[in-house]
Amino acid sequence: MFLINCPYCGERDQSEFSAGGEAHIVRPKQPTELSDDQWAEFLFMRKNIKGVQFERWNHIHGCRKWFNMVRDTSNDKIHTVYKMGEKPPIK
Amino acid sequence: MSEKLRITNNKFIDQTSRISFKFDGKKLYGFKGDTLASALLANNIHLVGRSFKYHRPRGIMTCGSEEPNAIVQVGNDPSMTEPNTRATEIELYEGLEASSQNCWPSVNFDIGAVNNFFSPILPAAFYYKTFMWPGNFWKVYEYFIRKSAGLGKSPTKPDGDIYDHKYLHCDVLVIGGGISGIMAAKTAAKNNLDTVLIEDKNTLGGTTLFQQNECFKINNSYSNEWLMKEIQSLSSLKNLKIKTRTSLAAYHSYNYLLARENLTDHLDIDQKKGKIRQRLWKIRAKKVIIATGAMERPLIFNNNDRPGIILSSSIKKYIDFYGVKCGQKISLFTNNDSAYETAISLSKSGVNVNSVVDIRDKTNSLIVKQAEKLGIKIHWKSTVVNTNGYKKINSIEIIKLSDDGTSVIGKKINEKCDCLGISGGWTPRVHLFTQSGGKLKFRDKDNIFIPDKSDLDQLSIGSCNGDFELDDVINNSVNSTNKFLNVNNNDYENLKIISSKEINKKNIWLLPSDKPLGKTKPFLDFQNDSTAKDIKLALREGFKSIEHVKRYTTTGMATDQGKLSNMHALGIIAETAGVKMGELGTTTFRPPYTPLTFGAIVGRNVGEFFDIKRRTPIHEWHVENKAKFENVGQWKRAWYYPKGNENMHEAVQRESKAARDSVGILDASTLGKIDIQGTDASEFLNRVYTNAWSKLEIGKCRYGLMLNEDGMVYDDGVTTRLGENHYIMTTTTGGAANVLSKLEDYLQTEWPELDVYLTSVTDHYATVSVCGPNSKKIVSKVIPNLDLSDDKFKHMSFKNALINNIKCRVMRISFTGELSYEINVQSSYGKSVWEKCFEAGKEFGITPYGTETMHLLRAEKGFIITGQDTDGTMTPVDLQMDWIISKKKYDFIGKRSLYRSDTIREDRKQLVGLLTDDPKEVLEEGAQIVADINKKPVEMLGHVTSSYFSPNLNKSIALAVVKNGKKLKGKKMLVPMKNKNINVTITDTIFLDKENRRLNA
Ligand SMILES: [Zn+2]
Repeated sequence: MFLINCPYCGERDQSEFSAGGEAHIVRPKQPTELSDDQWAEFLFMRKNIKGVQFERWNHIHGCRKWFNMVRDTSNDKIHTVYKMGEKPPIK
Repeated sequence: MSEKLRITNNKFIDQTSRISFKFDGKKLYGFKGDTLASALLANNIHLVGRSFKYHRPRGIMTCGSEEPNAIVQVGNDPSMTEPNTRATEIELYEGLEASSQNCWPSVNFDIGAVNNFFSPILPAAFYYKTFMWPGNFWKVYEYFIRKSAGLGKSPTKPDGDIYDHKYLHCDVLVIGGGISGIMAAKTAAKNNLDTVLIEDKNTLGGTTLFQQNECFKINNSYSNEWLMKEIQSLSSLKNLKIKTRTSLAAYHSYNYLLARENLTDHLDIDQKKGKIRQRLWKIRAKKVIIATGAMERPLIFNNNDRPGIILSSSIKKYIDFYGVKCGQKISLFTNNDSAYETAISLSKSGVNVNSVVDIRDKTNSLIVKQAEKLGIKIHWKSTVVNTNGYKKINSIEIIKLSDDGTSVIGKKINEKCDCLGISGGWTPRVHLFTQSGGKLKFRDKDNIFIPDKSDLDQLSIGSCNGDFELDDVINNSVNSTNKFLNVNNNDYENLKIISSKEINKKNIWLLPSDKPLGKTKPFLDFQNDSTAKDIKLALREGFKSIEHVKRYTTTGMATDQGKLSNMHALGIIAETAGVKMGELGTTTFRPPYTPLTFGAIVGRNVGEFFDIKRRTPIHEWHVENKAKFENVGQWKRAWYYPKGNENMHEAVQRESKAARDSVGILDASTLGKIDIQGTDASEFLNRVYTNAWSKLEIGKCRYGLMLNEDGMVYDDGVTTRLGENHYIMTTTTGGAANVLSKLEDYLQTEWPELDVYLTSVTDHYATVSVCGPNSKKIVSKVIPNLDLSDDKFKHMSFKNALINNIKCRVMRISFTGELSYEINVQSSYGKSVWEKCFEAGKEFGITPYGTETMHLLRAEKGFIITGQDTDGTMTPVDLQMDWIISKKKYDFIGKRSLYRSDTIREDRKQLVGLLTDDPKEVLEEGAQIVADINKKPVEMLGHVTSSYFSPNLNKSIALAVVKNGKKLKGKKMLVPMKNKNINVTITDTIFLDKENRRLNA
């Protein structure tokens, strides 16, 4: 059970959060101009990294804010959290 | 009680308070402070169960949580009885009733014991291999297996006990109240750290508490006397919390731990009532110190499982702590020094020690010399090759070992005994460390796995870290605790310690015998009855991985999770396969460390607290009017209102007819409601719904369909424009929370530039829906000032109104195809508005209807219910709702997916209507639809999604999804059922009032 440092609320129990998959996948601005393959890339393809991964999380039973997290999936170590729209810290 | 098995000068057991208890129906006595196991041993009862496969008699083997044999059923009460509890952990109380498990009909006469004589044909995986075939015989086998091998009985009634959950936060959590745990806790607390010490036994002190031996001294006192003073000093520490009878169940990442505290299990039966039985602590600790100690290993030799064969250190605890002699003539068998401590304790308590059989060459450590001084006979470099006695051991056979330890030489010595203590060395309890993600390393010199790397802020100290000798335990604990806590103030830095040191080490995983391996029974996993032979068989049959061998032989898979057997299994695999143990790796230890009751896991979340029940503000009225309810998510919704003896079908037929012929009334308060405000609200709706919203006038309503990004229908509902920048969206009852989350997600992450605010107002408003040709008359009576004329209040529009000065919103929208009004009012007025409408409708025979009638009415009109007629694989095109997809909008959620190669396929499953050839025949929802039943394999073209008998059409109607359905209109299909094939015809989805005349009736 993680202890997650919500960028808005501070440290809270994992049970207050929900995970939202890979971060920094931008919804295409002109979907109609994409080929099926390009659209499928956005829609379906997600990384499944063993190691450091960028993820979206939502403080769903708290402030309800979405934010990003850098987490090592091999040992669950959370390296950092940062707000939506902020630049990801360089690896 | 057999008095001669009790010694009288004992400081831990109160021999003045006699307790009566029952075991297998027989009344027995013990003392306050006994465990069930110590009391049974004091009564000379060793035989407590039968083994799982061969039903061999088994006796108490340990004094703790690793006990594999003494697994008992506690209590007879159908709600309180508890299976699979360890007699070694049950504190004796007045009125305790326990019985043996896994023996039928009784522990002394056991039918399954014939398996023992057939054991040559019961090798590893026998159950897998034999009972798999023939398949339909499984029922017979299962009965036999369950009856003869069932591990305990489940309670048949609800658990009457109270359980609790509580959170705990601390700077330092110390797990284990032995000598190193006590020292660490005291050091932490003295350095102003908020400290919690937990111990699963009822007293602190571990094994040092009863270690009174010349060879182990601290500052010139016996180690136990020194420790007792330390324990007394703990009570003065303000920031130290001590929890005894508390067992650490699970250690998760981020130092999140679960511990179970036993509060009443040790109390007399009449004192348990009304109290919380167990509490599950949810602990978040900044730092964790693990001081869980070590477990003694058994030795693996022929017939090592007879009752009366007990771990040497347990025999020591029974005599030194409980004052119970495990026998009168005890032999010991060891590969290390610790058995000599037991021999000395027994000898000093007046128990006859026959001899110590030691596989090592003669050694001269302090403790061995002391044993020799007491005249204890030692068989050096020897092994036990066999034991005798059926229900209790009565002798052992000893032979000298060869130099390389792989065979035996010389003459066999027969030694009579009534108990055999065995010691195969020590295994650190690293279970919690590995549960937390820690990695182990193998230490060759004594064949143990010890903690290596961990990502958490934690420390292992004492014998769980591989320190087994008193001076090492103390000195290493002190140093590492200081460093770990970053403190200097430690009471224990300059202690004068005397400790016997083990000089000679030797280990043989599978001890040789004078008989070939095939003729012996060297048990490894006592509870699951697997032997060293089974492991070797698995290796011969090609299994290599420890995880596979474990599952194939079931070694380590019983309720004790192989606490005693894992290391030997690994050792024998390594030896046989010729690999190093350190390279083999270990099996994974999973939580809980010891079994948890379901009660402790669920805590207070039972009965009405199991899940939230949401009730509408009008709920009471439905109850008073005898509604039947159905669960829709967490909501309790009125399902139908039977009159007199009506069944559901009759009630629904009556309600459905009344709503179309005159007027019906429905509680629609559960519909999700989201208040949307902001200057970009219209643009936002444009992006989330498939149709266009910018041109919706203030005061108008519009139906919207929401897709997932993959183009599949997600939710639907009517949204009303209340003002320039203000909308109210309705969602399905079940989808409300998810829709809000999804919309929030897009707003926060994809479109942060939009000025839009979302608020859930589902619970804020009650919704009364009045439906039917007479609905207008009723609303005009309830709200006389509201002009309901068709040109002033059109279909799909909304008006603000007042009912007795209470503001309400009236929407003229319809989910049934009838003229309908939905009155939304602040929740607290919901019931009175409902009652007003009902009163006003009496002259028209107003009929309350529930969700079932609502579903029937909308099906007559071919309106979908998302989640019933859709399942996450239906696009709006599949639903024949192309009209709702805006051609003009550049983008909306899911738009691009509507013309992916897969979504534009014409032969997708599509929503159609179905009419049965026999109008009385009602299809079953979920029934399959086929075109040709004779062509094998029969192709399933689709299934029925909604099906009703329509009283308004006087025939059966259904909605279905059918492959290529749009093009099959008019085609005949079959719905094959168990006893018959039903003939159906594919039709349009709208069965009633295609022209929408009723909306303006
Ligand atoms: Zn937050």
